[in-house]
Amino acid sequence: MRVELIVNGTERFADDVWPGESLLFTLRERLGLPGTKNACEQGECGSCTVLLDGLPVCACLVAAPQAAGRDVVTVEGLAVEDQLDPVQEAFVETGAVQCGFCTPGLVVMVADLIRRTPTANDAEVREALAGNLCRCTGYEKILDAVRLAAARVAS
Amino acid sequence: MDFLRPTTWADALSAKAEHPDAMPIAGGTDLMVGLNFGQPPPPALLDLTAVGELAGWDRDDGTIRIGAGVTYSQIIAELARECPALAVASRTVGSPQIRNRATVAGNLGTASPAGDAHPPLLATGALVEASSVRGTRVIDIDDFFLGVKRNALAPDELIRAVRVPVAAGPQQFAKIGTRNAMVIAVCTVAVALDPVRRSVGTGIGSAAPTPRRAVEAEALAAANLPWSSGGALAEDLARDFGNRVAAAASPIDDVRGTAAYRRHSLAVLARRALQWTWAEMTGGPR
Ligand SMILES: Cc1cc2nc3c(=O)[nH]c(=O)nc-3n(C[C@H](O)[C@H](O)[C@H](O)COP(=O)(O)OP(=O)(O)OC[C@H]3O[C@@H](n4cnc5c(N)ncnc54)[C@H](O)[C@@H]3O)c2cc1C
Ligand code: FES
Ligand code: FES
Repeated sequence: MRVELIVNGTERFADDVWPGESLLFTLRERLGLPGTKNACEQGECGSCTVLLDGLPVCACLVAAPQAAGRDVVTVEGLAVEDQLDPVQEAFVETGAVQCGFCTPGLVVMVADLIRRTPTANDAEVREALAGNLCRCTGYEKILDAVRLAAARVAS
Repeated sequence: MDFLRPTTWADALSAKAEHPDAMPIAGGTDLMVGLNFGQPPPPALLDLTAVGELAGWDRDDGTIRIGAGVTYSQIIAELARECPALAVASRTVGSPQIRNRATVAGNLGTASPAGDAHPPLLATGALVEASSVRGTRVIDIDDFFLGVKRNALAPDELIRAVRVPVAAGPQQFAKIGTRNAMVIAVCTVAVALDPVRRSVGTGIGSAAPTPRRAVEAEALAAANLPWSSGGALAEDLARDFGNRVAAAASPIDDVRGTAAYRRHSLAVLARRALQWTWAEMTGGPR
């Protein structure tokens, strides 16, 4: 079937979609957007986090046709041309990226968190990131990145 | 596989009547895991997320009618005062990403003994509104769970809403798991006090083939709590209540915990939940 949706502000469509395939698969394999990562396909790791109508969700758990007519933002949609999003910059600067596999999901999640709750305290940040797993960093540098990005966005 | 995407409730019911083997999909947080892992696909998916009528809740006298499309995130943000136990349970579900999609109706559809919405629904005497082209019936939550992952819905029925009485008093939900997020419960307990009717509601999860109430514990607490004086909750009563809740369970050993551990923790959680709710009601120490 054909699925038409808005991805990163642009109208897109994908053909030959199997109705039970995930939005994650459609984005990566049919729409050429491999930034969103696939690590578990069971909602556990958060590496596939995208914004669906403005809310962070696991793209692996959305059936692609459920996204028809909806608005999807992936990690590719955060930077404006060559200008990285403040969250992306903060991740680079604080060393919050090691292998990088968890990074796109975290960046999307953190960008949403900072937009909603710019003054989130550490407990709120941990709560917001509870669904994003990282096997490399031990999370401390990620928390540093969140604090840095939040401070910059606030100032 | 077909994909059916009605945009009105009437069309959704017709679609289900024409295709009784179509599998409803709401948040997809149970269903998609199965599909991603190669479970045999159903002949059709019936997507309910485009049905506008399901997306909200409304209040009718003393009842909150939660539409089948309402997510845990909405319950947490909008219904913490009206449905406190359900809101606390909702906060423990998965992660923010999961809570932004997953619904109570989906939890009921799956009818897992570990579903976290179920104990609060049992403790508060909720009703499940099931509809088909034949009409609507209201299923008492006590009659809804038939066995492990089996519920009372007929093949042509869809859940329209869940009706939860507005809390008459303090409510609590407690859950044991290996971390604070993203865990299937080892066991759960919900307690709801109703000072007007002087009754106590309970629900336990991951403790038996279905979620269930602990009826004898309810009766014990209702008869012995110092409702009139509003005095302190006796330590013995709290402990007996916990033990009766544990006695109502028929837990199993599995990868998440042993039956013995589950019984022990049910007793502890139930005792604490009663203490917390009583303290909240009477302004006493927790
Ligand atoms: C990472 C992760 C963590 C999780 N953590 C928890 C947790 O902590 N606690 C917990 O309880 N659950 C948890 N779950 C399970 C799941 O999120 C819940 O069961 C959720 O309530 C399912 O809702 P849904 O809308 O996503 O259901 P779906 O997956 O869309 O549907 C589930 C079932 O219900 C049926 N259904 C859906 N809507 C209707 C309707 N209106 N009428 C009739 N049938 C319907 C579907 O056909 C299907 O059989 C978790 C899942 C994941 C992936
Ligand atoms: S790939 Fe979706 S949560 Fe892990
Ligand atoms: S940087 Fe490797 S998983 Fe997070």
